Amino acid sequence: MTIVKPVSGPVVGQPIERLEDLRLLRGEGRYVDDIHLEGMLHGAVLRSPMAHGRILSVDATEARAMPGVHAVITAADLPGHDHPDGVPTIPIRLFPNPGMDPFRQPVLAAERVRYVGEPVAFVVADSPELAEDALDLIALDIEPLPAAVTSENRGEGQPALYEGQPSNRVWGYNAKLGDVEAAFNGAPYTRRERFYVHRHTGITMETRGVLSQWDPVAGTMTSWGAAKVPFQNRKMLAQLLGLDLEKVQMIEGDAGGSFGVRGEFFPEDFLVPFCARMLNRPVKWIEDRREHLLAISHARDVHCDIEIACERDGTIRGMRVRADVNIGAYIRTSTTITPRNVSMFVPGPYRIPNFASDVAMVVSNKSPTGTYRGPGRFESDFFRERLFDLVAGDLGIDRVEFRRHNLLRSDELPHPLPSTAPDPHDSELDSGDYGHMLDLCLAKFGWDEKKRLSGKRIDGRYHGIAVGCFIEGGAAGPAENVRMVLEDDGKVSVYTGSSAVGQGVKTILTQIAADAMELPMERLQLFHGSTTYVKEGFGSFHSRSTVMAGNAALIAASELRSQILAAASELMQAPVEQLRYEAGTVCSEAGATMELTALAGRGIAYEATFRNSKHTYTNGAHAVHIAVDAETGKIEIVDYVGIEDVGRKINPLTLHGQAVGSIVQGLGGALLEHFVYDGEGQMLSGTLADYLVPLATDFPNIRSQAVELHPSPFHPLGAKGAGEGGTIPVGGMLGNALADALADFGVQPRDLPLSPARVWHMVQQGRASAGRAGEG
Amino acid sequence: MGNRTVEFELNGEAVRVEVEPRTKLVDCIRHRLMRTGTHVGCEHGVCGACTVILDGESVLSCLMLAVQVEGRSVTTVEGLSPAEGLSPLQASFRKHHGLQCGFCTPGMITAAHALLTREPDADDDRIREAMSGNICRCTGYLSIVEAIREARAAYGGASSMPAGEVAAQ
Repeated sequence: MTIVKPVSGPVVGQPIERLEDLRLLRGEGRYVDDIHLEGMLHGAVLRSPMAHGRILSVDATEARAMPGVHAVITAADLPGHDHPDGVPTIPIRLFPNPGMDPFRQPVLAAERVRYVGEPVAFVVADSPELAEDALDLIALDIEPLPAAVTSENRGEGQPALYEGQPSNRVWGYNAKLGDVEAAFNGAPYTRRERFYVHRHTGITMETRGVLSQWDPVAGTMTSWGAAKVPFQNRKMLAQLLGLDLEKVQMIEGDAGGSFGVRGEFFPEDFLVPFCARMLNRPVKWIEDRREHLLAISHARDVHCDIEIACERDGTIRGMRVRADVNIGAYIRTSTTITPRNVSMFVPGPYRIPNFASDVAMVVSNKSPTGTYRGPGRFESDFFRERLFDLVAGDLGIDRVEFRRHNLLRSDELPHPLPSTAPDPHDSELDSGDYGHMLDLCLAKFGWDEKKRLSGKRIDGRYHGIAVGCFIEGGAAGPAENVRMVLEDDGKVSVYTGSSAVGQGVKTILTQIAADAMELPMERLQLFHGSTTYVKEGFGSFHSRSTVMAGNAALIAASELRSQILAAASELMQAPVEQLRYEAGTVCSEAGATMELTALAGRGIAYEATFRNSKHTYTNGAHAVHIAVDAETGKIEIVDYVGIEDVGRKINPLTLHGQAVGSIVQGLGGALLEHFVYDGEGQMLSGTLADYLVPLATDFPNIRSQAVELHPSPFHPLGAKGAGEGGTIPVGGMLGNALADALADFGVQPRDLPLSPARVWHMVQQGRASAGRAGEG
Repeated sequence: MGNRTVEFELNGEAVRVEVEPRTKLVDCIRHRLMRTGTHVGCEHGVCGACTVILDGESVLSCLMLAVQVEGRSVTTVEGLSPAEGLSPLQASFRKHHGLQCGFCTPGMITAAHALLTREPDADDDRIREAMSGNICRCTGYLSIVEAIREARAAYGGASSMPAGEVAAQ
């Protein structure tokens, strides 16, 4: 394995305070609802109150007649409503396949509604209040149909969502490595388990919003509120509006969180610009919190049947996975990622020579799903790590030793991941020393001292500990662009197609570019947030921006330096070989120097594209110590340690912030957050008082540490995508720690979340089956 | 129902604005008076993004009507920001990376300012308790608590970390 020597410089690797912060702290951020345009109108969405039904009529007569209302559009007002193809549907951004087309979401429901919150009509009025008032005047007649709510067993026996489709299993992925049948044949030990990870998601603090302005003279559409993938959304919008790509501009502004959910193309991303053009007035729509909980991409909701075959000494021979992902009502932009990842990532950092998975995408009458921090990986880690503790127990092997024995060694890397089909995108684990990371984690956690607390009851609470290992994928391709321009004042402008969603990409990329240009950070100005800045951009997802845009910045800087030398050679009348670039000055062998300002007006600029199909794999281990009150079911996190090898730290301050925030979000998912639906598909957790996210009082005891031991061998920067790794292992950790704490009751959690009520229930069940009622 | 005129003090400046009686204070501040630093996160009094200071007390401006602040004094994040640069509290947030996407941040600054003005010696537990009405989805709160703890000195409170600070640190 080649270890690329990191580019050295004075600011990369330093805990630089963020460039983003000054404005944001002063209340000068520009989030989408902060933008007010002259003559702006306001939109509101009429959403289906029913999970499943046939639309008999949508009568907007009264709403249209209301003073202050400018338009009400229903499916009947959209292009295509009278063609067999129907109204526009939302394209699939990631791993589309023509076989998925019947399951794409219409931008307004035409014949059927398939989830509570599905857009049925869009009102535009003088104010948001009037637009909401007008929603009440629309008469919506829906004939209810029974709702499908679960994906368990391929959704068999559930009401069908799509006429003419044989089942609610609409798509699926199969991955394979080695010969799993042979591995199970004659295996001395096998175990099979069923696990479930419940539905929850990112929940950004800024709800979604779109503001669109049509310029009838230029024929251009400008849309604010883009985030995450503005270039891809521009393509979708241009296509749906029938405009040339260059006639559509997407503006990011500040984005109040992404976590993977914000910034995908949702129905409103079409409805708002469509109405802006129709009315020739700017139109703004801001989602309210209840809408957000119904309408943002949901995530997780995966049932898994998992089986393992081992030797008696704990060596894993093979694993088999059969999973059912409840994808909600439609296949949307990023719906394919969770099922793909579940099919590929159950092995994680471990040596599983034989593996097979069969993952179904099952539609239901719940909100459509998409990517959320650690998509498919949070689930996979829960399934795998829970199973490992059960297996180690069966085999009488220490759970740490079981993991260490089966972790891939550094001399086994790169190591191929199982290849999934259809539409394979092969990937391999790049570099690292997984066993060493486990050791670092155990040492920092104090495993040997805490071991004695396992299952102990102290001051009325039961203590448990757990440890596990993980990998995090990053650096998704295919490419990213960075354009650098030498300005007349000697500053360097850096334009990128990566998006800022709160992760500090502006600071990170300025640090990288500053070192590459040997300039202080003040001499660089970074621009992002508009589709006009570079010819193409790929956005911020899959922990990719640091790696992809960072390497593009290195290429751009290298070319800019060549151009600077070439231009200086002309002006200084010295052959280019006799010149060198040094910290913003061109020096000749003869001792002459030239500052960058002298090169004004020479058109020195370069747009670099970094292409990469190889993912990075940040890796590490987590350990947790919990105390459980068996009477209330409440779990306290006494200590939580996360260790990760990120290859190379660009900014330790922002990296630490990502890691801690990510762990706390994982704890929210494991313990608190839950989209609860009833049997009719009604969502019961439609406010932040019902859908509980972590508060300042919940998890004070988090420790996180990043190391840079194994840079990525696949690109010059060496950094590996980070920021999702904190979330990925948390469910498995908590499940195992709870089993450890409540061993006296025989508790073995197989489902998340581990909310107090559910923990209490497990304790009661354990007491009943052990015949120990009244004790504890 | 007819519109009403409301007069109050916003960040030390007398303002007069005509609103519908149903207009929420936060909408009046953001969309009528165009001070967009105060954010709307939930509109049901749970997330704290809209926290403003009303006569010295932190309140949720999504749960108040504009007409309720007649004759009173309202301070938003803009009113807590110096003409240039950052206040010590804001600078501490920056130093400790107490913000990522920045959307909850104005509410954090107003709530923390109200807390430290009254209780400059607030310890970590008290800080966490007082800030538990402000949701941050990005940071996991560790850095926010650190930032507020260090800013206590600027409010005349304890300047160093209390002994026995969270064992996990």
